[in-house]
Amino acid sequence: MLHAVDESVTPIHIHDMTVAYHKKPVLWDVDLAVPEGKLVGVVGPNGAGKSTMIKAIMDLVPKASGWVHIYGKPYSRMRQVIGYVPQRESVDWDFPINALDVVLMGRYGHIGWVRRPDKIDRELAEEALEKVGMTDFGHRQINQLSGGQQQRVFLARALAQDAQIYLMDEPFAGVDAATERAIIDILMDLRARKKTMLVVHHDLHTVNQYFDWLVLINMRIVAAGETKDVFTDDNLNKTYGGRLTVLSEAAQAVAHHQRGL
Amino acid sequence: MDEFWGPFWIVLTGALAGASCGLLGAYLVLRKMSLLGDALSHAVLPGIVIAFLLSGSRDVIPMFIGAAICGVIATVLIETFHRRWRVQEDSSIGITFTALFALGVVLITAFAGQVDLDQECVLYGEIAYTPWDRLFWGEWDLGPRPVWILGTVFALNLALVLVFYKEFLIASFDAEMALSVGVSAALVHYVLMGAVSVTTVAAFESVGAILVVAMLIVPGASAYLWSDRLKVILTLSALMGVVSAIAGYFLAGVWNSSIAGAMVVVMGALFALSLIFAPHYGLLGRFVRQIRLSLRVARDHVLLKLLRERESQRVSALSWGDLVDTAARWVSGIAIRLLIWQGLITRKNGHFSLGEQGVIHATRLLRNHRLWESYLNQLGLPPDHVHDPADALEHFTDDHLREEIRAALPNIATDPQGKRIPDG
Repeated sequence: MLHAVDESVTPIHIHDMTVAYHKKPVLWDVDLAVPEGKLVGVVGPNGAGKSTMIKAIMDLVPKASGWVHIYGKPYSRMRQVIGYVPQRESVDWDFPINALDVVLMGRYGHIGWVRRPDKIDRELAEEALEKVGMTDFGHRQINQLSGGQQQRVFLARALAQDAQIYLMDEPFAGVDAATERAIIDILMDLRARKKTMLVVHHDLHTVNQYFDWLVLINMRIVAAGETKDVFTDDNLNKTYGGRLTVLSEAAQAVAHHQRGL
Repeated sequence: MDEFWGPFWIVLTGALAGASCGLLGAYLVLRKMSLLGDALSHAVLPGIVIAFLLSGSRDVIPMFIGAAICGVIATVLIETFHRRWRVQEDSSIGITFTALFALGVVLITAFAGQVDLDQECVLYGEIAYTPWDRLFWGEWDLGPRPVWILGTVFALNLALVLVFYKEFLIASFDAEMALSVGVSAALVHYVLMGAVSVTTVAAFESVGAILVVAMLIVPGASAYLWSDRLKVILTLSALMGVVSAIAGYFLAGVWNSSIAGAMVVVMGALFALSLIFAPHYGLLGRFVRQIRLSLRVARDHVLLKLLRERESQRVSALSWGDLVDTAARWVSGIAIRLLIWQGLITRKNGHFSLGEQGVIHATRLLRNHRLWESYLNQLGLPPDHVHDPADALEHFTDDHLREEIRAALPNIATDPQGKRIPDG
């Protein structure tokens, strides 16, 4: 799938990227060019490498091969362009911090080392909390928030990053209906403002409704493109069906040799 | 040494050691790395001995460098064992620090002639000698050496925490987020561990390798119980180190015992007090909340019992024996007395009945109960399964939640057992 890609206007361009954990490949030869201003769903079974792809884009996990460009440049030079919503379980919610201070972390990338957040940063953080409907909870200890509220805080933190591209790892996981509605409204609003979003998602029922672009993934890209073209029974079978076990068997074989079995 | 300055220097040394360790210790506890602090305080020993052999003196600068290098090596080894070679994390820590400590012990004994390091002193320290261990600048007597060393280390730690507060915070809370905005969580980890190593060495001579572990962990763990604000925890942790040093000194005088030992005993006592009296996470607070909760449930049950009797049999009063909950006689008894005192129920001729306010309360509870039963039934639970869960939920249903349930139900007048859902 080699197209001529105009890199300077392509938010995320992944070329021949392979990611391995302890030499065991979890993502093979990913080629992907995400167009600007789209709300993109990343869908696939458990262990398909959805989170890994998001993390590899941000250099959070090492790539075995290939590269990622953000508007034509490596991630390390484009940090401020990207906002990140990690999985909610990835942090300790008993940490002694309140919601506003978590949201304020979204400003750290702009503030730079050593300098303190100033009044404008605080205002932006409070604005972000307001957008997710959490104004009254800013000074609440984060362990006193419900799961949905915690997810909103994470989203607010990404909004405070004031980015062009948002990478979101399962923002709808384990949230109540009202929160899901609130989150999707914000994503639609971001899209209206020409932001690009890559959203790991697991609920197939809402794919058509939420995303205008779709990446189906199972250890490799099965299909990527406009949702109406990609979200087909045939592609879903390829993503969730049995034929792909060849790749997982190959990964297992590599792992076995690693352990000398 | 005169009567004021002698004790003053000793207390100041202890306080500086306690505050330095307390500041870093709060981060260790926060990052769930207390064990790592323990490990590092032992693992730096070979670094100190080698620095000593190379420099041929007890100069602190080579020792700090030796300790910092050794501490970072230990941290790297632990990480490598765990992440790359997949040894369990606790085993990695255990293996690394015991092996390095043993290496230090072997080095001390093998070079016994050249190493003027007393093993007793390494293990237990000797804070009582502080006033006589002077630092000179040419002819000038600048004061006790340990005070200078620990004072510098405290200033460095404080500067570290103040300057990199933001970076330490994000790296401790969300390492991936930190990395994505360009703050290397690994770098923060190594800086913190380097600081722990240097602090350990600085505190070594005064309090010894074993007690320094307590200074690193105990104040942090105690402070953590008192607050949900990182800044408060850091301040409290350092303060507890200082308070322990002062109180420990005087206690040691009373007991005629080891000063460093008494300081750590005070830390232990402060932890015990925190564990009991800390408002939110303390045992006493938890106990009181539990009692209040039991009382509230018991109170609700008494009100509901009276209302149900009134509803079904037109009996408006019950005797003590009928009213009290036989499964929890004690709590139930207090609840009844409380209700009388609040005027929610009244007693007449040894029988109890609902007061005016009591009826309102009880009706709201009954409405909660029957709404929950209907709701759970609608969710698919058979009618004979809904009573117990509703019984548990009725106490914690406020106006908002009640109306949400009401809205989720079709317009019904009775619960699954056909009993009327009261308005309220």
